[in-house]
Amino acid sequence: MGSKYLIFLGCAIPYRVSAYEISARKVLSKLGVELVEMPEFNCCGLPLDPVSHEAMLILAARNLALAEQQGLNILTLCPGCAGTLKKVNKILKEDKTLREQINAHLKEAGLEFKGTVTTKHIMQALTEDIGLETIRKAITKPLTNLKVAEHNGCHILRPKEYIGFDNPEDPQTLKTLIEATSATCLDYIDETECCGAPSVGVSDKVALQLARDKLSHIKMVNAQALITICPFCHIMYDTNELRIEKMFNETYGIPVLHYPQLLGLAMGIPPEELAFNELRVDATKIVKQVTEGAKQE
Amino acid sequence: MAETTPAKEPIKASEIDPKFKYEIAKMHGGEKLLRCFQCGTCTSDCPVARYSDTYRPRQIIRMAQLGLRNRVLNSDTLWLCAACFTCTDRCPQDVEVASVIRVLRNLAAEKGCVPQVFKDQAASILESGYAYKIPELRIKKRESQCLPPLPKGNPESVRKTLKNVKFFQNTEKKGEPSGQ
Ligand code: SF4
Ligand code: SF4
Repeated sequence: MGSKYLIFLGCAIPYRVSAYEISARKVLSKLGVELVEMPEFNCCGLPLDPVSHEAMLILAARNLALAEQQGLNILTLCPGCAGTLKKVNKILKEDKTLREQINAHLKEAGLEFKGTVTTKHIMQALTEDIGLETIRKAITKPLTNLKVAEHNGCHILRPKEYIGFDNPEDPQTLKTLIEATSATCLDYIDETECCGAPSVGVSDKVALQLARDKLSHIKMVNAQALITICPFCHIMYDTNELRIEKMFNETYGIPVLHYPQLLGLAMGIPPEELAFNELRVDATKIVKQVTEGAKQE
Repeated sequence: MAETTPAKEPIKASEIDPKFKYEIAKMHGGEKLLRCFQCGTCTSDCPVARYSDTYRPRQIIRMAQLGLRNRVLNSDTLWLCAACFTCTDRCPQDVEVASVIRVLRNLAAEKGCVPQVFKDQAASILESGYAYKIPELRIKKRESQCLPPLPKGNPESVRKTLKNVKFFQNTEKKGEPSGQ
């Protein structure tokens, strides 16, 4: 085995989405992946893009330059970070003038972007490097009776030109990864729509309405859980689910799991080690169904 | 921020800046502004437009083409875009709508028109490397969660790389990121 990456955590995960990190590290280590910590950290740059595209390019290039010094490819859990680092890597490799401009800024801190590393989101690493075969082999408790829905999130899919990973209109990767656990992945209306997270703080009303649309479409197909692969989408659905329920006077009660939590369950990792207690919406029911179901078999 | 409807007032010829579109087209991501033929695909597929009474990407693009500089840049609605890139992927003219909107936001930010959230994140990045202030409690808790220590930021070095960026030069002058 032996894939080795530099793990780029991003800002949102250490800030408030630790369950994602805990479960991802558990699962990856069990799959034989070695993670090396970033020597130092700065934001990927994405949050600054709206105010200064140049600052975004510099911050992203800075991270890529640091990774280049380590000689390791980057793995991220956040699609926003992955999208930004990929996009900037591509832009700067192709546009010599811009690369020189950005490198002039980096030089102020003794750094240089060369374009020698790649960035992968965990989903991409799982499918392309580790491989579905290895994942399937690692499954000891197939989640046969579980019916879930998936939410990819925007930045792992779009803009297609820069991300070039899955089909943004009908993405299959997360579905395939879910089905590798033997769970059923249900289709629902507007699967690829935005969760609304980036509008929080500018218009909470619009943001929560978008998340509510998704939750109600997911409820419509009776999904037992929603599976996400993005810290921001997770905050929208899990942290805000109660708030949305109150705001619209509705009940969803849909647990929102990080994909590595689902995979971890199927790999027989004890639920206590997968940080289910960090989730806002109670997931005990499905955790129980999975662990007790497996005992019966 | 309250939503305003910048498009509803009648347009006066004196408001038009005929060179605005070229200024945008010179910026990274704004190159294809002139290709828009106003089909409305972006607005009809925009999730934000569905719930906002005022946010319409097609209209923003048109105002930019017309040269309504101040209306566009002073408009609060500009900041509603969720950067989901649906419009960019579906625009039949390949306008890169979300990037044009980002270019407009950058121009607005240079004038100091930025919602507080963005200013806060910029300040936090300069201070710690992270876009949010990570609570001490979280950092301490990592140990009990069997997580490795959080990589530290290098604010001094980050500042050096950002010191020649216009937005942050404004910051230095005023002691906080760009304007009020
Ligand atoms: S989809 Fe493209 S061409 Fe159509 S209105 Fe929007 S920007 Fe213009
Ligand atoms: S990127 Fe912005 S304008 Fe385009 S569809 Fe998404 S929210 Fe609407």
